[in-house]
Amino acid sequence: MSAAWTLLRRDLGLLMPGGSGGGVLPLLFFLAVAMLYPFAVGPEPELLARTGGGVIWVAALLAAILPLEKLVTDDVEAGVFDQLHLRGVTEELAMAVRLIAHWLAFAPLLLIATLPAAALLGLGEETTQTVLLGLLAGTPGLAAVGLAVAALTASMRGGAALAGLMVIPLAVPILIFGAGALARPDPSALLLTAAISLGLCALAPLAAAAAIRAAREA
Amino acid sequence: MQAQLTAIDIACRRGDRLLFKGLSLACAPGDAVHVTGPNGVGKSSLIRILAGLLRPFSGEVTAEGGLGLVDERLALDPNQPLGKALAFWERLDGCSEPGRTLDLLQLEPLLDVPVRFLSTGQKKRAALARLLNRHCPIWLLDEPLNGLDGQAQKSVEALVAQHCDRGGIAVVASHQPIALPSPTLLGIEDYAA
Repeated sequence: MSAAWTLLRRDLGLLMPGGSGGGVLPLLFFLAVAMLYPFAVGPEPELLARTGGGVIWVAALLAAILPLEKLVTDDVEAGVFDQLHLRGVTEELAMAVRLIAHWLAFAPLLLIATLPAAALLGLGEETTQTVLLGLLAGTPGLAAVGLAVAALTASMRGGAALAGLMVIPLAVPILIFGAGALARPDPSALLLTAAISLGLCALAPLAAAAAIRAAREA
Repeated sequence: MQAQLTAIDIACRRGDRLLFKGLSLACAPGDAVHVTGPNGVGKSSLIRILAGLLRPFSGEVTAEGGLGLVDERLALDPNQPLGKALAFWERLDGCSEPGRTLDLLQLEPLLDVPVRFLSTGQKKRAALARLLNRHCPIWLLDEPLNGLDGQAQKSVEALVAQHCDRGGIAVVASHQPIALPSPTLLGIEDYAA
């Protein structure tokens, strides 16, 4: 347990904005999309209010892809997982901890940034609330998909671009239900988003761990 | 519990090339093994197989006691100052007094320097510090002398001698001569497939 805590502290130090790895770039990217959208489709408030929630979802999905490049690759190359393996820290534990750290590093700030983004798009109070709840339910799943794909592509050349391409189809169910919750006032879509997220979070550390072990043999 | 490292009849395949086969090794406390051979013969692969990081193509490896590995992968965050990067492993290994090791390897003046600015030899010494702080009985060293100056090479040899003297096991892969305490020489080319 103390090993997990030590790992989490290290991972957070690397991934959190201000840490040596990620930074606030995904967040600025997210806000920039929300800001540019009205320029592209025109400023009609009705149109923006109707489509703004979906735009926020797509922007969140794309912002979740940005940190993937640094998520696992550097540590695989530096042999960090080798050293952890020798200390009896399984790849599964390391990946589960990394998943938590990855989510903590991008999701809470994304949720906060959703508020100014919603204001920029002129979303109503109710829509904003649905978007926030949907993102809260969906971002763990996005983080899980991102982690598994990042681990899979860690030892490939040009893996970052490939990771982005692979995350998108896998994230479709989250996007459909999460953004779908905006279309009708019914909590079941949000619950389905959360269910998909939980399932992905359970599977991702196992898949990512298998990917890292397979990369050793390559 | 006595430390022990045994490999029975292992073979190693990389890609579709069989590097070596029929290699057996039995280490008891105090043993030092010097793995030799030209580049590409499978020294690093053998070390990784013994560490349990690479599955042998055939054969079996058993290790009793903690394993410590030093290879060309540093496993220290390049952007962090050395002290902070090492502190992570110290916490993980439950090392209570890292100062002595840092002193021994003359790393103390470098603790504030980000790892990416360290020279090859300094990085190697940092990796050795992590190994020492782990207090494990089995050392697996892959080219530990690379990039070290004469004096540092001497101190690595002294560290290994001291380790074996205390009942530790050291398996050292090195293409350059290294003075080990009554070493068993293991030329991998003898087992080439």
